[in-house]
Amino acid sequence: MDLDPLLLGAAPAKGKRPWFFSDPDVERLLNVVMALAMELAVTRQRLDALERLLEARALLPREAIEGFAPSPEAERERQLMLREFQIRLLRIFLQDAQRERTPAESIERIMKELAEGSGP
Amino acid sequence: MLRRNMSDLSSVSIPPPPPSWRHVGRHGVFPAAGHDDTARFDFLANLNSLLASEVLPRVRDAYERRAVPAYTEAHGHPPRDRREAHEALKGERLWQTFSALRRCSMEMRQQTGRTLVLKQLPELIAKAHAYNEGASTLKLDPTIEQPRYASAVDIHCMPGGYHAELVPDDVSAGANYDSGLFATTAGMLGRFSDGGGRAVAAWLKREYPDFRPRRILDVGCTIGHNVVPLAQAFPEAEVIAVDTAAPVLRYGHARARSLGVHNLTFMQANAEALPFPDQYFDLVTSAMFWHETSAKALPRILKEIGRVLAPGGLTLHLEQPQYTPEMPLFEQAMRDWDAYYNNEPFWSVMHELDLKRMLLEAGFRGEDYFETTIRALVDRELFPEAGQGQEDYGRTPMWIAFGAWKRG
Ligand SMILES: C[S@@+](CC[C@H](N)C(=O)[O-])C[C@H]1O[C@@H](n2cnc3c(N)ncnc32)[C@H](O)[C@@H]1O
Repeated sequence: MDLDPLLLGAAPAKGKRPWFFSDPDVERLLNVVMALAMELAVTRQRLDALERLLEARALLPREAIEGFAPSPEAERERQLMLREFQIRLLRIFLQDAQRERTPAESIERIMKELAEGSGP
Repeated sequence: MLRRNMSDLSSVSIPPPPPSWRHVGRHGVFPAAGHDDTARFDFLANLNSLLASEVLPRVRDAYERRAVPAYTEAHGHPPRDRREAHEALKGERLWQTFSALRRCSMEMRQQTGRTLVLKQLPELIAKAHAYNEGASTLKLDPTIEQPRYASAVDIHCMPGGYHAELVPDDVSAGANYDSGLFATTAGMLGRFSDGGGRAVAAWLKREYPDFRPRRILDVGCTIGHNVVPLAQAFPEAEVIAVDTAAPVLRYGHARARSLGVHNLTFMQANAEALPFPDQYFDLVTSAMFWHETSAKALPRILKEIGRVLAPGGLTLHLEQPQYTPEMPLFEQAMRDWDAYYNNEPFWSVMHELDLKRMLLEAGFRGEDYFETTIRALVDRELFPEAGQGQEDYGRTPMWIAFGAWKRG
């Protein structure tokens, strides 16, 4: 059967799609975020299943995870992981905040400036 | 526990989460699902439940506090009917958020179910084939066309509707419908999503213990989940379920067979022109069917039902409650949500029809008409919350059962 289940599964429904936000692009983004949230929830549930199975097989008591005490070195690495994750996630806001400090000039203004003096 | 308004202490806790999709009723053609698909359905059921219990009541507050005053300001009068209430809501941010999330959730539900099903479509077709091959209880008729009202848009935003066939012997529409219903309704219809049919069967047995229909017809049966309980309740009866869409009939037939139901025939036929002799049935039912027809088709269907019904017979239908002047406009507007945003183009008009008059015009008599409220009858052990829970307008496991006896 020459059908791609992934693409077919994501087929649009016949009929015009309504948009509820004044800016449909914001709503598109919401849809991406919700898909991300769903896959994150799926991952967390999977991890939870893993932990419980490990515990049920006496391979790893759950307290070992709850009370996990990393070495100082591991702790630093883990904190850095969190920091990196957050910076990746929040890039757009962090960049906005940065520009607040050093107001950026528009590319059009610079284009004009650099073009000064050149003439026909 | 989620805190609400401090003054609203009577309802500070959110309802318990819906049962996991893991408990969905399985049968011989039910799609196989692994951990991640289960988790996806659980995510969606929880999202719907949260939207219904936490966001919808606040949309109502916003409607009263902001939307109605703004509408009144602009139009010189408050909303006078549900369409005006809908207009008033459109500018309200919380309604926009609710709606954007609900639409998103519906689309994700379709993608989840369809991807799950399409990945195993050859296996599902083979399984259905094993039950269906040579069975005299599955009667397909490829000359039957899909009515315009069933194909103008994809109902419920199901790509391909009930009827599209991607491959020969396709059952994907049925399998997708079956797999997602439990998540969409947060399990409130029971493991086999048959709470409506079970409630109707129990109601009939209780109210009319002597009624023993010899032949039963169900129109617009889809995968037959609400007619199977009737076939089980009346094992001596010959039961026929019709639908215009072949994929759901193939799936429904295999499903019923695997559940051990053998007195039930699935037939591809149009309810506007039923292929049965006059006075053939003692009971003609439909569940959640009227709203997926049209103003032209429905009277024709009711006439047909009157024709095939034997004297002394009963016709009984399940639908969500009608709009009445007593129903608050906000509730009416939110019940209309599926009409506009979940591709249910006849829902709004159907729910303002005078049901009794519709049946009178089809030849039934006023004194033979009845109407009652019915709640889903589900497995209380698995679902202690079933039938209670929060109000999710248009999707609650509560219906009106209405119909008429035909004079003998
Ligand atoms: C909302 S579904 C009914 C669901 C089902 N009866 C239940 O118990 O929930 C409507 C069904 O009616 C079918 N249908 C629409 N128009 C029809 C017609 N004229 N004759 C027979 N079936 C029809 C559709 O294919 C679809 O499967």
